[in-house]
Amino acid sequence: MSYQEKKNIVSPLSAIVVFGVYSWNVVLRYIDMNPQGMELFRFWGAAILILIPVSMVARLLIEIIFIIINRIVTKEVAPSFADELDKIIELKAMRISYFVFILGFLLAMGSLVFQMALSSMFIIMFVSGFIADVAGISWRLYLYRKGV
Amino acid sequence: MAKSHISNNIRILRFNHNEMTQQQLADLVGVTRQTVVAIEKGKYSPSLELAFRIARVFKLQVEDVFTYEEEHEELQAGS
Repeated sequence: MSYQEKKNIVSPLSAIVVFGVYSWNVVLRYIDMNPQGMELFRFWGAAILILIPVSMVARLLIEIIFIIINRIVTKEVAPSFADELDKIIELKAMRISYFVFILGFLLAMGSLVFQMALSSMFIIMFVSGFIADVAGISWRLYLYRKGV
Repeated sequence: MAKSHISNNIRILRFNHNEMTQQQLADLVGVTRQTVVAIEKGKYSPSLELAFRIARVFKLQVEDVFTYEEEHEELQAGS
């Protein structure tokens, strides 16, 4: 198994762990605060905004740990650059990711049309961001294994 | 994934060039080993520029390294 394939197996796992832990904290804070009205907007706005840097830092740390462990076990050096195959796969994966997120966005808008609770719209957006991320990484792994 | 119509003999050429490794070829043409593996297995058709660079390593023309197979040729071979 190549370095890129191994990395793309670790990435969704780290995404699931980071998103799972963060979501659990958000749920606990939501139950604790029980925000209403404008406070609800502020709560979800903060939850989504904070997720971005938290997720970036946590996943960066997990990737560094993976690089170190992989280096020790296999003595394989991580590629220092992305070549044309990496770039093509990255673009195709990004397209899938955007497509999934747009579907989530439309679902979130649909929840407003069907007069569901306001939190539903934010939860759908929140989860669709995560699913889009995992879909993109999974597609990347598929392309590395099956070819472009 | 659709099977590529471009085949190559990079594996044989590497073997004939002092058993050059995939990593050595990758370093010479400026790609990762994963890309060389994908090209050899026919999972990825390289860009024209990369095809030329690979051919230059073996001091050959692009046509000597890569072969384009027309779809009807495959059908004839299959019948």
